[in-house]
Amino acid sequence: MIAVRDLVVRFDRKGAPAVAGVSFAIEKGETFGLVGESGCGKSTVLRAIAGLVPGHSGDVLLDGRPVPARRDRAFYSRVQMVFQDPYGSLHPRQTIAAQLAEPLRNLGLNGGPARVDRALETVGLDPAFRWRFPHELSGGQRQRVAIARALIVEPEVLLLDEPTSALDVSVQAEILNLLTELRRRRGLTYLLVSHDLAVISHMCGELAVMQRGRILERLDVERLRAGTVEHPYSAELLAASEAYGELRPA
Amino acid sequence: MSAPLVSARNLTVRFATQKGPVDAVRGVSFDLGREKIGIVGESGSGKSTVGRALMRLLPRSATVAADRLVVCDTDVLAADEKIMRRIRGRRIGLIMQDPKYSLNPVVPVGLQIAETFRLHSPAHAGARAAREATLALLRQVRIHDPERVAGLYPHQISGGMGQRVMIAMVLAGGPEVLIADEPTSALDVTVRMEVLSLLDELVARKGLGLLFISHDLNLVRRFCDRVLIMYAGRVVEALKASEIDHAKHPYTQGLLASLPLIRQPREILPTLVRDPAWRESA
Repeated sequence: MIAVRDLVVRFDRKGAPAVAGVSFAIEKGETFGLVGESGCGKSTVLRAIAGLVPGHSGDVLLDGRPVPARRDRAFYSRVQMVFQDPYGSLHPRQTIAAQLAEPLRNLGLNGGPARVDRALETVGLDPAFRWRFPHELSGGQRQRVAIARALIVEPEVLLLDEPTSALDVSVQAEILNLLTELRRRRGLTYLLVSHDLAVISHMCGELAVMQRGRILERLDVERLRAGTVEHPYSAELLAASEAYGELRPA
Repeated sequence: MSAPLVSARNLTVRFATQKGPVDAVRGVSFDLGREKIGIVGESGSGKSTVGRALMRLLPRSATVAADRLVVCDTDVLAADEKIMRRIRGRRIGLIMQDPKYSLNPVVPVGLQIAETFRLHSPAHAGARAAREATLALLRQVRIHDPERVAGLYPHQISGGMGQRVMIAMVLAGGPEVLIADEPTSALDVTVRMEVLSLLDELVARKGLGLLFISHDLNLVRRFCDRVLIMYAGRVVEALKASEIDHAKHPYTQGLLASLPLIRQPREILPTLVRDPAWRESA
């Protein structure tokens, strides 16, 4: 469905590249996870795919065909992104309805209140929310709006950048469940970036561990769950994520 | 059993807001000895406000009331600001979440530690003594080349090292009680381990009392001795960390169940159905 080939992103001409030759492909209906710590380049991969990083090299392929360097309407009608921070990604002074209608307008699609209402219902919000402003919403409700905004153009691929890491765990569970349900109902394809191995394990079929702009290891989720990772860094990440218990002095 | 380092009975914190009074903390009671107590709750549960109330670091809009609020033999409710200044830092230290925002960006970290040391040293230590103490403190937080690190500015050090510098600075006052408010939430998992094991070692070796405020139930159950679960300003459940799996309160059970687990896949995560009664019954 969507793939990247030899993706390289440089922010600094002299320094090491932020993304140093990353390739992977995601089948339709699958969820692929990118996991790693701060600065490993995982979010930059996502932003490069979305066309938000100027001057990357390598190809982004949609159904096997390279997408144009300047992403066009055809691309954005098929690929949409959900950002980490629902406090920063919604316009503070626009109503929810205005923000949901914007992608439709940008892509020249037919709008109308009915479509906004349907998008809200899709993410489990009452249509009455259309007249509210972001500050009147909880963090979980805002992230639902952000997901609705991505889905309103009926894309096939969602790029999810740490979609629950700004949320409380009980709200995280609701949003992850919503994403799971939407993927199943609509046959969506997800690329999920997270620092949290538990979230990745819960959501993904396949994943890649990144460090310093490179993919160190690709695994299917069974191997992650069984703990049979190969690269020492993956093992360290797994141990650190699971084993706070080892801290306790014997 | 010696007297607890912190003793709170029926602690209540009320904020005056434009929409009327809001009770952020409602009737919280606990004793902290030389042990690690975790306070766990979600955003807005009042967990940080409890920590701030112990140090009286709340804004003027807050009213603190309690049947008893004693920190290191001092009645915090009766103490004037002069007494509080002698306690803060010297008897009770606060470690905050993000070293990026807590350190002064234009002063080398060594000077910041030395300043704290001189402020709290009873005999008004000179520059040289402060410098030596700073290097010793940096060694205590497992910084192996303290001379070099002391001269660095906050933007030149990593998040994990920044948090160790913060801990060194808090230790400079020689406190008996540490309040750590989400001390590892801004850190990567592999770095988080280092900071936690450092805190663990310091608390054990110096015999400190630690109040560890966190949203992360899994972390707290492994790290702390006892856990207080807060919901809507109340402690809804208090239990030994080792007994969390047998938690009785539906909120605690719900929090545990809603966590995704690496090794136990579930198609759908159980979600919390919040019962209005949780707000009222302790």
